[in-house]
Amino acid sequence: MDPALVFLALTSVLLLGSSRLTRCIRLVAFQGVLLAALTIAAHANEITLRVVMLAALILALKGAAFPWLLSRVLRGAEVRREIEPMVSYMLSMAAGTFGLVLSFWLSARLPLPTLPTSTLVVPVALFTTLVGLFLIVSRRTALMQVLAYLVLENGIYTFGVAVVEGMPMIVELGILLDVFVAVFVMGIAIFHINREFDHIDADQLTMLRDWTG
Amino acid sequence: MIVIALLAIPTLSGIGAFFMTGDARRRVLLVVAAVLHAGVAAATWIVPPAATAGGWLRLDPLGQLFLSVTSALFLAAALYAVGYLRRERRAAHRDFEEGLLFTNAPEATFTACLLFFLAAMTLVTVSQAFGLLWVAIEATTLASAPLIYFHRQHRSLEATWKYLLICSVGIALALLGNFFLAVAASDHTAVRGAVLLDDLIRGASHLQVAWLKAALLLFLVGYGTKMGLAPLHTWLPDAHSEAPSVVSALLSGALLNCAFLGILRVQQVCAAAGQAEFGQQLYVGFGLLSMAVAAVFIVGQADFKRLLAYSSVEHMGVLMLGVGLGGSGTFGALLHAVNHSLAKAMLFLVAGNILAVYQSKSTADVSGVLRVLPASGILWIAGFFAITGSPPFGPFLSEFTILKAALDHGRDGVAAAYLALLALIFVGMITAGLRMTQGAAADRWTLARPAEPVLAIAPPAALAALVLMLGLYIPPILRRAIEEAAHLLG
Repeated sequence: MDPALVFLALTSVLLLGSSRLTRCIRLVAFQGVLLAALTIAAHANEITLRVVMLAALILALKGAAFPWLLSRVLRGAEVRREIEPMVSYMLSMAAGTFGLVLSFWLSARLPLPTLPTSTLVVPVALFTTLVGLFLIVSRRTALMQVLAYLVLENGIYTFGVAVVEGMPMIVELGILLDVFVAVFVMGIAIFHINREFDHIDADQLTMLRDWTG
Repeated sequence: MIVIALLAIPTLSGIGAFFMTGDARRRVLLVVAAVLHAGVAAATWIVPPAATAGGWLRLDPLGQLFLSVTSALFLAAALYAVGYLRRERRAAHRDFEEGLLFTNAPEATFTACLLFFLAAMTLVTVSQAFGLLWVAIEATTLASAPLIYFHRQHRSLEATWKYLLICSVGIALALLGNFFLAVAASDHTAVRGAVLLDDLIRGASHLQVAWLKAALLLFLVGYGTKMGLAPLHTWLPDAHSEAPSVVSALLSGALLNCAFLGILRVQQVCAAAGQAEFGQQLYVGFGLLSMAVAAVFIVGQADFKRLLAYSSVEHMGVLMLGVGLGGSGTFGALLHAVNHSLAKAMLFLVAGNILAVYQSKSTADVSGVLRVLPASGILWIAGFFAITGSPPFGPFLSEFTILKAALDHGRDGVAAAYLALLALIFVGMITAGLRMTQGAAADRWTLARPAEPVLAIAPPAALAALVLMLGLYIPPILRRAIEEAAHLLG
């Protein structure tokens, strides 16, 4: 379980420093594979059909379907890399280091009633969540924002799968379905943004505001 | 069975609408589904439905209240939509703000999403498990996003993107709140693995307080984003002003309530755990802040649909303030939720009528509505007086109840700030409303007055009648339901 968590944290750090969108898509896909592995590892003592099915579904959606969908969207767009993020890559990495320290500090203050399978779970989950939030506010392209949303969701899911026992299957499926539809709808929206604006720079979406200045 | 029927009617007709050919038949389906849904929702007041799906789906007084409002609004919106869609059936429009040509989304997609939206909102009101509630609230976002992008042009696309992304991120944080709540429950065998609301409430004294509080914070931020509480409201004015008016009416009147219900569910658990006050402090703060931010943007607002949108931010603040005060304040807040929904939906529908004739959302371009569109003009003025809390309309009564609760609890500072903000917003809104309705009509309408079709007037007029009725007389059955619902919140 620990190796998967370490890799998860590493991919998050790499995402902070990547400008090429294809690379970012691959990194997020790799996170999906790691999540599937985590699902199995978290239930290592009793692997039921339910767990295997869930892991397979995560692998299919986060590891394959989303990257494929987003790559298709990217192919239609002119943009290949993130254009001038609000926060430079160096500064993003520095913020990431700070976020990692913060996550370990926070998780030391949040005593879990029952011990989780690995001490790394809570800090890594929090770190991935923070990276997702940071990327959403600091990146400009719409596609990168969707990837950031997925990273955020991955972090939250890591917490859920490793700490919460016995989540009902129907809820887990519902969550996955919602995320799937969300990515699908966002993908369609980006497709339209491409057509309307000839770019996928969400920062240019500034027609609607109360004060122009 | 009844609960299943409530979910099945919109879902199945949504699927039907998506695959159906022929616009006229699809509109009939929309109205039939709305009438059936409203009929079944009304029947729940006579025959209380039993819990189904192992207790996961149940209609308690709180859910019933919000379900009924949603269903009534949807019926009004569906009737209005028939006329609206008929008007909008053109190959390409000229955008009145920038002069660009654009088309509409296919009507099949629009109608199907409208019905799925109703199904998702129904699921929110009947969910008795936090996980399912989360799934349903996220589903409302996804079903309504295509509705905002009905007019295929870049302003509505921008609004859709902001709405999708900001609300999805907010709701993702609420998912973390769900997990925190599960951790709070894992400490004691009495509540470990509990998923149903009732089980959590029964064993609430065994919940771990620190995790429960952290969960409440995440839920408040997550669902608060969706509810449009300041400072998380940034998507709301854009989405509500760029969506077609019939969709804005549902977004403002029904959807915001659903997010409010999400917060109330967590408050139910907190109250049972003896932690009611922790949340209430926050609610009062968020409430007053939302009202203040709304007031700043309402005064001098040049776009009348944005004006209505900011007024929604204000009223969500009033709701939070009421729940934050507790006691009779909670009763006032729930009553106000009903009043606000009816009044705001009616105003958005009338705004659609004005927009269709004047082709402008600017308050400066619109004058003499009373002369050009007499029925819409009267409704517009009545709506503005109702929404700003003037007697004899319903919102006056509920806002007054909340004021009285503040004074009774000795919160004089809160009461003073609340009154001052209400007064400021009253001036801002009424100035804009009167300026639009009074004055001379432009020359082009002195000869041929535009027609006001029945389907564009009857639905908002019916809602206005309800708002007026609630100001004069609250039916005992409704009063009892609101009292029971307020009792659930401790």
